[in-house]
Amino acid sequence: MEPSLARYIWTHTKKQQVWILMIVVLSMIPYFMSFDLPKLIVNGPIQGKGFEQPGATQPFMRLHYNLPLIGEVQFFSGFQLDRKETLFALSVVFLLLVIINGLFKLYINTYKGRLGERMLRRIRFDLVDRVLRFPPIYFKRVKSAEVATMVKDEVEPLGGFIGDAFLQPVLLGGQALTAMLFIVVQNFWLGMIAAVIVIIQIVIIPRMRRRLIVLGRQRQLTARALSGRVGEIVDGIGAVHVHDTSNYERADIAARLGLIFRIRFDLYQWKFMVKFLNNFLAQLTPFLFYMIGGYLVIQGRLDVGQLVAVIGAYKDLPGPMKELIDWDQDRQDVQVKYQQVVEQFTVEGLIAPRIGALTIDDPDPMTNPLSAISLSIADDGGAMLLNRISLQVRPGETVALVSTATGGAEALAEAFARLNWPDSGRIASGGIDLLELPEAVTGRRMSYASSDVFLFQASLRDNLLYGLKHAPLTSVPYDGAAADQHRWNIHEARRSGNPDLDIHSDWINYASAGATGPHDLFEAVRRVLDAVVLSRDILDLGLRSSADLTRHTELARRIVELRAALRTRLEHEGLSGLVVPFEPGAYNKEATIGQNLLFGAAAGPELADRALAANPYFASVLRQAGLDRTLYEMGMEIAEQAIELFADLPPDHQFFQQLAFMSAEEIPAYETLLQRLKNRSHEAVSENDRAMIVSLSFAYIEPRHRFGLLSDELMSKIVAARNLFHENLPPELQNAIERYDPAKYIAAATVMDNVLFGRVGNNHPDAPDRIRSIVYDILDELGLYAELLDVGLDFNVGSGGRRLTGGQRQKLDVARALLKRPDFLILNRPLSALDQRMQDKVLRNVLEEARRDGHSPAIVWVVTNPAMAMMFDRVIVFDSGQLVEDGTHETLLAGNGIFKELLS
Amino acid sequence: MLLKDEVGMLQRVPLFSGIEPTKLKLLAFTSDRVSYSAGQILFRQGDEGDAAYVILSGRADILVDSDSGPIKVAELVPNSIVGEIAILCNSSRTATVRAACPLEALRIRKDHFLRLMKEFPEMTIEMVRVLADRLNHTTADLIDARSAK
Repeated sequence: MEPSLARYIWTHTKKQQVWILMIVVLSMIPYFMSFDLPKLIVNGPIQGKGFEQPGATQPFMRLHYNLPLIGEVQFFSGFQLDRKETLFALSVVFLLLVIINGLFKLYINTYKGRLGERMLRRIRFDLVDRVLRFPPIYFKRVKSAEVATMVKDEVEPLGGFIGDAFLQPVLLGGQALTAMLFIVVQNFWLGMIAAVIVIIQIVIIPRMRRRLIVLGRQRQLTARALSGRVGEIVDGIGAVHVHDTSNYERADIAARLGLIFRIRFDLYQWKFMVKFLNNFLAQLTPFLFYMIGGYLVIQGRLDVGQLVAVIGAYKDLPGPMKELIDWDQDRQDVQVKYQQVVEQFTVEGLIAPRIGALTIDDPDPMTNPLSAISLSIADDGGAMLLNRISLQVRPGETVALVSTATGGAEALAEAFARLNWPDSGRIASGGIDLLELPEAVTGRRMSYASSDVFLFQASLRDNLLYGLKHAPLTSVPYDGAAADQHRWNIHEARRSGNPDLDIHSDWINYASAGATGPHDLFEAVRRVLDAVVLSRDILDLGLRSSADLTRHTELARRIVELRAALRTRLEHEGLSGLVVPFEPGAYNKEATIGQNLLFGAAAGPELADRALAANPYFASVLRQAGLDRTLYEMGMEIAEQAIELFADLPPDHQFFQQLAFMSAEEIPAYETLLQRLKNRSHEAVSENDRAMIVSLSFAYIEPRHRFGLLSDELMSKIVAARNLFHENLPPELQNAIERYDPAKYIAAATVMDNVLFGRVGNNHPDAPDRIRSIVYDILDELGLYAELLDVGLDFNVGSGGRRLTGGQRQKLDVARALLKRPDFLILNRPLSALDQRMQDKVLRNVLEEARRDGHSPAIVWVVTNPAMAMMFDRVIVFDSGQLVEDGTHETLLAGNGIFKELLS
Repeated sequence: MLLKDEVGMLQRVPLFSGIEPTKLKLLAFTSDRVSYSAGQILFRQGDEGDAAYVILSGRADILVDSDSGPIKVAELVPNSIVGEIAILCNSSRTATVRAACPLEALRIRKDHFLRLMKEFPEMTIEMVRVLADRLNHTTADLIDARSAK
């Protein structure tokens, strides 16, 4: 990138800068005309100059000029208007000029703003584009949060400045020069005085500002470091708590903030100091005018008129000067920021743009062997990880890389994946250096998975298909307003030097997954998920989440069938007792009282959890059903029992997990509440307190809590209240609840709850597991297995995939690598988080899946356990950065080398 | 059966006889009430021990695997506790427990049980006493077996 901001701006916006300058010059014409007009109005029609005779008229809009050589030329003789007409005409012209000036200003400001925003967009894109092209080593040294602040915050002020970058100095310089010239014309010596002061200003002020620049740079660096540290704390929060170092972090942050404060305060002090001096110099000039000019007047060498004119003209000088100096300060400020950022983004060994160029068509398969030629790789500290290794991986062969602790096999795998660049030697594919191959080839024909997995904060599906999104493959048809918006997007993207690739296009390369489109991609997805033994986990996720009904229509459509199938199966296996179904006219003993009352899933905050008891409509239903007092007394009883049981336990006691009614923190509040309410009648209790007590009863499940609070009478009252509640549901609550209906899918509930449509009995410890496997069976029988897997794939994996376990993340990474059916599959200890049995199982599956349908990719697998090498055609053993053994499993076993030693 | 009845049952289990009723109530409340039909397995030999069971009603057989199939070594009657050894020793189950008829039990989770032992020394002492008693029996049996040879 350009090291100089001015040049960067000029290169990309010169046409626009010239255009806006021209517009500004043009706008001066009506601007000056509007200065002259008031005089014409006052002198002419108002004071009557030229209208001395009654009925006198004056020409209006007469166009005549005195041209040299030709003399006076009249283009238009004008309209003859009398005094009043002239007044109106001139006033209308004045109004017109006001409008024209305003429009000019609007246009100029909009234009400048847009120019600045476009440049800001360009700079930000350029920066991120560079991040995408940085060599891998750079990322070992930089904190992600710092890069993010640079792109987001540090270049932000540039946007505001760019519109004024060239316009302001020309305009203000022009104004200042005009005023200066006027003074010189009035009196040479007074002009000289003004000039000297201006020169002092121009020389001294920027010098003083140098310190401001230094401080500004420090401010930027410290602020950036701060955001880096904050990012680090967030990423490493586990380590902070584990080691009780939160106070160390507090101290570090406080120290940094202190430093930033000092720098900023210093900066203010200097800034105001400079301002003071600047103002002082500006005021010094009139002082000299009064003194010296006055002296000259007394001496008779200057007349009073001239002095007044000079002082009047000088009024116009400090304004533009001050703005000019402010502009200069802005310029320096922005220049510093820009330079700082550009320095950080100027990195040697940037990946050439052609490597990552957009390629729509799939490249040919890589049929050449992958060879490491005298390859050496050192780590950041200079220690050799690999020392002049030469080897060749032929297409189609499966290779296990076995390594001692310092072997270096991982470095080789990373080098194959281009994540670690050779220090000497190279990796070549058919004579071409791997680093010279476009990513369109290596990213599609090779794939890589390692133990160090990165997942994006998106759904499982997005993460799984991420490896297929190389290029926009379809053009999306837009119509109406969307088409206009799309055209505008493309236009603006081009104006800012951004690519106009459509993010809404279908980027998924179905062909490379062996599919032809979205409809049969799922088969491929399911196979790779099965291969890495992840399907079951995803199904579980699917059962526990609520399905997006716009996507998973099949589940909702066949829910009745599903529920019936489950009932039949449970009956058939004699397990009907396991699930108590929801029935509109019956109380469900295994559900809470709240669930029985509501008989539906809360779809909004109005009727969820604690808000339920406080909801006025719900409270009125309870009153009508004669339940308000009963439930209040029940709540009191529960509160008493809970407090008796839990009051003297420490709040972190694990027993609190069993207390469904209140949290450990709420116990003291309920204790005092109980004291207060004990001997008070139900009517005397305030709404709020009553709601607090009543809400306790909502969590009560008789078979689980066993307080003996539920009678048959109460149950039938609750069912009556339920019906009452739904019958008169006010319109504003219609969307806050989805009523349980045996024939309807409940969007707000999980898939499991929907299929069960009831509650699992509390006193069957293995019921949830048994029911889950029955549900899977049924889904499979009804052909809904795929649909459920798809629901599970909607699961958002969280920041960095942290909502998944380490093992799940690694499995997903392998699945992603498998999905694109590469020619070379590089796996770098990909399953280290799994136990050995699972690793062996996945290994076997992956080898099989990779070779399905006659496909035969080369597989290079850095194994965690030498015993796994048995499954491969060829075994290569590394020790201390050297290739020490290479052969089939049998030959290596027969020899008495390191491999045999590692195995034993 | 309500919580208060369970407390009454627990009081009759020797291991818990020294603990105040309010604490027993807490124990009962934080335990799961589970029911099994005849023939259902509470836990299997070799499983990891994750809970102890107090039989509230019904009977259960204690079975040990042998070469000729499972052998019934003892029977559990109401108010007896089973499965506490595996919890204490972090070992796997030494026997299989199967409901002989419809059975109600209180399932006390491992972490809750250990927490109780920590908080109520009476219970721990009682526990040690029961174990020592069992050891005595085992030793006596061993001596009998040796001398019979």
